[in-house]
Amino acid sequence: MTEGALVVEDLDVRYGGVHAVRGVSFSVERGEIVGLIGANGAGKSSTLHAVMGLVSSAAGEVRAAGASLRRRRPEDVARAGIALVPEGRRVFAELTVDENLRLGLAARRSRGGSPGLLEHVYELFPVVREFRRRPAGALSGGQQQQLAIARALVAEPDVLLLDEPSLGLAPRVVDLVFDALAAIREQGLAVLLVEQRAQRTVALADRSHVLANGELRLTLGPEDAADTETMVAAYFS
Amino acid sequence: MTLAVLNIEWQTLADATALGAVYALMAVGIGLVFGVLRLVNFAYGQLVMAGAYALALASQWEWPVWAGIVLCFAVVLALSLLMDRLVFRPLRGQSPAVMLVATFAVAFLLQSIALLAFGPLGKIATSLASLNRPVTVGGVDIRKITIVAIVVAALCLLALVLLLERTTVGLHMRAASMDFATARLLGVRANRVIGAAVLVSGALAAVVAIMLTVQNPLVTPDFALRDTIVVLAGVVVGGLNRPIPATLGGFAIGFASGILGGALPTEKSQYLPSFLFAAVILVLLVRPGGLFTRYRGAVERV
Repeated sequence: MTEGALVVEDLDVRYGGVHAVRGVSFSVERGEIVGLIGANGAGKSSTLHAVMGLVSSAAGEVRAAGASLRRRRPEDVARAGIALVPEGRRVFAELTVDENLRLGLAARRSRGGSPGLLEHVYELFPVVREFRRRPAGALSGGQQQQLAIARALVAEPDVLLLDEPSLGLAPRVVDLVFDALAAIREQGLAVLLVEQRAQRTVALADRSHVLANGELRLTLGPEDAADTETMVAAYFS
Repeated sequence: MTLAVLNIEWQTLADATALGAVYALMAVGIGLVFGVLRLVNFAYGQLVMAGAYALALASQWEWPVWAGIVLCFAVVLALSLLMDRLVFRPLRGQSPAVMLVATFAVAFLLQSIALLAFGPLGKIATSLASLNRPVTVGGVDIRKITIVAIVVAALCLLALVLLLERTTVGLHMRAASMDFATARLLGVRANRVIGAAVLVSGALAAVVAIMLTVQNPLVTPDFALRDTIVVLAGVVVGGLNRPIPATLGGFAIGFASGILGGALPTEKSQYLPSFLFAAVILVLLVRPGGLFTRYRGAVERV
């Protein structure tokens, strides 16, 4: 078997005296969604930040398609085909929706890009097309989240990382975002989804890893979705 | 001929506009680097000083005008990149206070080097002196440099707007000045964006050096030092973190200092800085967020 699109091995992250991530290992294949769930401070975001090179990992290895990402700068990780949809969306409020999308092109590896890429992104998120001349700050939270995902997709990444995309969104918009993630998986991207909404994540993802105190404690499959809360509770009690 | 109501001569008005235009360019130069690095480059005036020395040396060597201008650009751009590489880049992660003090150090270091290399008496840049001759526009005598400065500043600002609005590197610069961390996550290369900002800012310093040496051909180690302090005040008055308000602030303080300089009797001209900075303090007390920004309320710090 060839190596996964994203491989994390024995990852350790420390902030001063705080040991945020301890020996975490997992991998994400193309055409697969892997969930990372757990309470606040469990180490989910720290894991994503270590992958992106936003924090330097104390130990362990991160590889994308076989190439090491350790000690690389965030822009170089992005240019290696890893796109992050950051927590809180972080769209550029004063730039137009279109300009936000054009920024997403910064990480694209091929100059020309796939024909119809933009069309495809618009199809996935029609609001992005509808409001493309407006400042991104004028969009609602849910629309901004769709823009943030669209912006990540125009870079044509192999791996898509999402940090709490459903945070603060109305249930209807959460449905829309999760449906989009399923469609993105269909196209063969490797998706790593960090979420607080454990049950929905477990139902959608091919595998979901439960993090606690920086350690990977439990792995759940879609079949466990209905029992997520009880299983997690039982495990940690 | 005078503007009757205010008793200000048209010539003073034109000169004040020209000074405002040059200061606006300096404000943009300082503001661009502040945008991407959150660094107030106090050494900006020394870039202008270096360019002025290049022009003075070129006239001393009797180089043609164009060669002097090329030398001026080459020296200022090289010095800008060197400053970025040797000082700004290693200190990029440090607090704004550390970076500000570092630029103070660079400013006085460059001034000392100029003093050692060229002495305290100064050199004369004469190659563009002919621009000081007046032309008559609508019955008013205006120095050519006044018109040239206004036109050149307007063209530079237009070019800059096109660069920022229409090019990819411009979009990256705008994004970086809004949220650099997110821009990098999207693949925007930090070094390239900062390098571009530093280069454009340096090119503007070279233009300013040319304009200022025409008006003030005596180049000394403290050349443009006072102008930089005035422009920094103008940038803060306008609104430091927003490009257009910062530019307007630079223009406003240059214009104000030109008008005040013209209005004050010659024997009282030493009071000009006091008037100017009193006005700066007044503006900051009334509008701490900047004269040309929508005030959003300051963060409580004490």
